[in-house]
This record gives sequence, structure tokens and C-alpha cells, in this order.
Amino acid sequence: MTNELSLTPSRRRVLQGIMGTGALTATGFFPGFAHAQSAAPIRLGFQLHRTGIGASYGRWYERTATAALARINAAGGISGRPVEIQFEDDGTDPARGAEVFGKLATEAGCDLVFGALFSHVVIGTAPRAAELKVPYLVCSEGHHVASGMLNRWTMQPGITDVKSQVQAMAPFVTANLGKKVTMVFPDFAFGHDHRDYFTAAVAAQGGEVIAQIAIPPTETSFTRYFPQIPAETEVLYHVMVGPAVLTFVKEIGEFYGTGAKPQLFGFMDSLEAVDIASPGLEFLEGSHFWEAHPRYKQADASAAETAYRAAVGVDDNGASVTDATDIATYSHMFSVWETLSVIKAGMEASGYQGPDDRAKFIEAVEAMTAFDEGEDHPQGAKTFNGKTHQAFGIQNISKVEGGKLTVVHKTAIEDGMYPDEVDYTTQAL
Amino acid sequence: MKGRVWGAHLGLLALLVLAHFLLPDYHHNNVAKVMVLACYAMGYNIAFGYTGLLSLGHALFFASGLYATALSINLLGWSAGPALALGLVAGAVMAVAVGLLALRTAGVAFMIVTLMFAQAGYLTILYLGQWTRGDEGIVIAQGLRVVAGFDLSAEGPRYLAAFALFGAGLLANLWLVRSPFGRVMVAMRENEARARMLGYNPFRVKLASLVISGLYAGAAGAAYAVMFGYAGASLAGVQYSILPMLWVLLGGAGTVMGPFIGCLLMFYLVAYSANVTSASLLVVGLVLVALVLFAPKGLLGSLRARGVTWLP
Repeated sequence: MTNELSLTPSRRRVLQGIMGTGALTATGFFPGFAHAQSAAPIRLGFQLHRTGIGASYGRWYERTATAALARINAAGGISGRPVEIQFEDDGTDPARGAEVFGKLATEAGCDLVFGALFSHVVIGTAPRAAELKVPYLVCSEGHHVASGMLNRWTMQPGITDVKSQVQAMAPFVTANLGKKVTMVFPDFAFGHDHRDYFTAAVAAQGGEVIAQIAIPPTETSFTRYFPQIPAETEVLYHVMVGPAVLTFVKEIGEFYGTGAKPQLFGFMDSLEAVDIASPGLEFLEGSHFWEAHPRYKQADASAAETAYRAAVGVDDNGASVTDATDIATYSHMFSVWETLSVIKAGMEASGYQGPDDRAKFIEAVEAMTAFDEGEDHPQGAKTFNGKTHQAFGIQNISKVEGGKLTVVHKTAIEDGMYPDEVDYTTQAL
Repeated sequence: MKGRVWGAHLGLLALLVLAHFLLPDYHHNNVAKVMVLACYAMGYNIAFGYTGLLSLGHALFFASGLYATALSINLLGWSAGPALALGLVAGAVMAVAVGLLALRTAGVAFMIVTLMFAQAGYLTILYLGQWTRGDEGIVIAQGLRVVAGFDLSAEGPRYLAAFALFGAGLLANLWLVRSPFGRVMVAMRENEARARMLGYNPFRVKLASLVISGLYAGAAGAAYAVMFGYAGASLAGVQYSILPMLWVLLGGAGTVMGPFIGCLLMFYLVAYSANVTSASLLVVGLVLVALVLFAPKGLLGSLRARGVTWLP
């Protein structure tokens, strides 16, 4: 039982009285405070990592969102209403992320907010979403949504989470590459998720993680960590994020040189926005990578995949069509496109008219169970768990052949599923 | 003069009460956050602006309050009230521990030692990821952010709680700097050797100042955890040691209201420069360069130097 702390007259009544005069709205001092009516455009907020550690992702997330928006508007918008996206830079910072969320939701009058990738931004922002009761659809990969850590207003319908990804891939690693695995990962929460979930998944397949090498987050050179890799290692599992990824991968190559080396299995995060043909990466030939969405266009690419690739301006090699050196964050950015598809479907299913229908939107998305592969979901079909607010999909394991990544194995959706850890539908909206 | 001093400070508080009724939601929440952060900045100002202790490690004190509160709620099952009190104490206790060691140094060495302590604290938070979730951080569930029946996740109670914290901090700060001890703090800043000659023990005065500073920082950190529901390692990083220094420098070091004004201006400078350019930090940098060139004593400091001599 909480008290409603109030002073007389209440803040709301005073504010409404002033707004009633129209004085402040007429001056434009508080833009967006008077919300759009049902005939007006639907306004979506995008929490963008334009600067900070996530900038290489943010640049492509913005392009993807813009392309997805153009497609939706060309097809008549959402429920016949045009759609707008307001992008706001969060600096890839959690405190700023919460402030940006508030700005988008209250000042800009956005109907909902989506697009955040980095876990600390998502976790720092989610409480604000619940306070304001504004839907927050994240494109983060983190297990934080499905773990039950967040709240009913936060959903992840456009991309699978780390726990699901490593669980789905472990059988391929132990069956094809080796059973004695050494892991190299960043020594913070994202890396710890890999460490914990992959170690458990490998053990479940009869394999063993024989060494876990955590790299401190402040590290810029990695050579001194590699001698810790046990000689009997059969598979070196590596994952790294941030501006030092290219250095990290290059130094692995320098460490092994032309001599014998274990099988290498990497998370594509280690190479997102990095050209695999960069000098010093030749040693990656023959190694394997996880990809959520294959960077190089595959021979069996669907028509939807081809259309998506063209819409976001990415060529067959995963680079910008206007600049072959501008490599996309292709393995992750589809989540923005697919999340926007879910937003459209959710709003139309709920009969969304305006902010008063935000709770109906959440319930409509929770009621979804599957997304078919197609133009709305070019990465592939997905299952959606309305209780945990998390999507489950296929994973790709690709091999570097001739300097390009070729998919050699696709997991089934079921390979990445695990028992529910939360039921958000029991929380009040 | 006494009337003008109290009038100015009580006037600021009255404006903030008025703002509670008038500000739309976005600005209402912003000002609530600024008041909490200004409490942190006031603490920094007590050490730096009044006592001359240029610390680069205050994020450690802020984070001590933040994590003591957040972890006692999430791991120990404490209610928010006692957890807030623990956070406040944690900031002060950490300041005692750091002060006993760091105050053996002075000047640049003090900056480096405090920076190292803060970095050690930051890395400890990452190391203890099992409980802190490191860089990702942890959330405090909305239902647990209730103090004495007031839900501090709701905009009204949160604003008024932030106002109460800030108001108490501001008036205590005003009283402190006008007290005999406050004048001894200033004496340490201006001429430590002379103060020692007069019989004051510099170590004890500076330690006391640092502990009061840590108390403010811990209180702000604890309030941040409960009011905004998040504790993450980024709030313990070097950026959060630099920020209070910038707020204080912008508003005016050694002025009671300066930290609030600096924090408010910097907050909106970052928020609105992002509308113009993605290089918002460049804008902030240019403003700081202009500040150094044209108002090196900060806004209120310059005002005081140009005639408003009664500003404390």
C-alpha cells in the first residue's frame, strides 16, 4: 500500500489548467506535450547508440530502421496511419539511455520506444519504461529480458538471446570441432553470460570447458592472455566486443602464426563492422563463426532476404552498396527491421489508437506465438514466448572459405529453447 | 546581508517547489534527477570548492551509496528506508577509509591516489559480477522502491523526495560554510601552512571535510538507486568522478548554489546539444573552454567577483 503524495492543488491540475489556456503549447516551449490524435502519424522513438562504444552498431541500426520505416509507410503505414521515427542518441550509456527514453516518451510524445542494443543501456532504461508505462522493445541479445530481471513493458521480439544462441550451437561445436574447449571472453556481464551458458551447454553434450580466460574490459592488447590457453585445447571459443575487436582477432592470429592451432569458433560480435579480408586475418580461413544473420549472401538466400539486403543498402559481401569498406553489423541489425514488423502487427492487432492503448499493445504482442519467415522476418521464422517476452529463432554456423563466410549448419528453433524463467503476464500493466 | 543570503537560497527552494507544479513530465523528471546529482556535486564542492581537495575519485563514494542501497535491497531483502540509510553511511565510511590513506598526499598526488582508489572500486564492481552484474548493472524492482509508504518510482513522490534531499543538503551546506568549521575549511584551501600555524590540524580538518563530502555523495548514490531503480558500473566509472568537478566548476566552486546551477546547465546542455549534433560532448567541451576563458570562477563565482560579494 503506497500513499499518493499530493499537494493542493495537485501538480497535474495546475499543469492541465495552464495547458488549457494553450499558452505554452502555442509558444512551442513544450513540444509534443499535446499528443497526436488518432489521424496523425504514429510516432516511434528510437534509442540510438549513435556515439559511445555502440556507435558502429548504431550507425547501421539507424539505416535499418530508416529502411524498414520506408517499407512500412510505402505499404500504407500502421492501421492506415503514417509512421515516423524520432532518433535520439543515448551515447551507449545507461543513465543517458533512461533520460532519452523519457524525452522520447514524454516530450516527443512517442507511442513507444525501440532499438537499444547494449545490455547496460537496456537494463538502465527498463525501469523508466515501467514507470511511464510505455512499451520498450529492445534489440539486445541479452538474457536480461527472459531472465525476469526487467518488467512487463520491456520485450525482445526481434532477436534471440545469448543463452539461446550458445545452447543451440554447443552440439555442433562438440560434434564437429572438439570436446575440449577454451573460452576467451570479455570480463563483464556479456562475457559472463557466454562463459556460464556455453560451459553448461558443452557439458550437456559430453564436452568440457578446460579453461576460461577473461579479458578485463579496459584491455587494449591481448597477447599476454593467450599463453594461458592450455596446449590440449581442441576448440578455442572467442568472443569480444567494442573498439578493440580487430586488435583482438589479429593478435590471436599473431599468437599462433603459421603453426598448429586449435579449431577456432568465434562469435560474430568479434568481427561485426570489421572486414574479414583485413590484413592479418588470413589465419581465420577454415575457422567457424556464429552468425544470427549471414553477412555474405548465401546461395539459397530467400527472396525476402534479397529484398531486405537491398532495402538496407548492403551488398552481397555484407558491405554498404555505396562503400565497400563500410562493413555492416549484419548479424544483429535485422532485429531492428523485425522489431518494427512486430510493432506494426501488435498495433494493428490491438486496434491501437494512441497512448491510452499502450497496455493493449503489450497484450497483443504477448498473444503472438510465431513469426513466419518472409519480408517481415527476413532472418528466419521465430517462435515468440509471450510469458518471457523473448523470441527464439534459428542460428547459423558459418565457415570462412575463400575469405568469405559460408553457412555450414543451421540450428532448429527448438535447439535454443529453454524452460521459462519468468511469466511477465502475471505483472500488472 | 544575512537576509539576502537566506533569501537567495530559500528563493531557489521556492522556485523548485513551484517547478513541481508547473513543469511537464520530461522536465519534471529531469529536475528531480538534477537535484539528486546536485547533492553529489554539493558534496564534491565541500571537498574541492571549500577545502581545496581536488579529488578524481568521488565516484567511489557515490557508488558506495548506490551499491550499498541496491544490493541490500536485492540481496539482503532490506526495505528501501534502511537501505537508503546504509547507503548514506557507506559513502561516509568509504570516505574515511580513503581519506586516512589519500590525505597523506596532496596536490597532484592526491588526485592520482583518489583516482586509483576509484578505479579499484570500479573494477571490484566488475569483479563481483555474480552479485552486481558488473557493467550491465541491476535493477531494483518498482515495488521495492517504497519509503514510508511513498512510492519513489512515481513522479510526484520522487520529485518531492529529491527536493527534500536537495533542500536539506543545501541548507546544511549553507550552515556548514558559514560556521567556524567552514571558515577553517576555507583557510585550508587558501593557506594550509598559515592555518597550521594558527593551531589547526590540517589532516583532521581535511578528513572531516572529505567525510562530509562522502556523506553527501553516498546519500546521492543511495537516492539514485531507489529513485531511478538502477545501479550499474558505469555510474562508478571515472566519468562520474569528473562530472561533479565539471558541474562545480561551471556553477562556481566555493559557492553553495553553484553545484546545482552547474549540474542543471550541464544536464540540459547535453540533452539539447544532441538535437543539433552527434558531437554533443564537443559542445560541452567548447562551453567549458569558454568558461575558463571568460568566467574562470564559474557562473556564481564570477558573479561574486563582480559585485555580489555576499554570495556564500
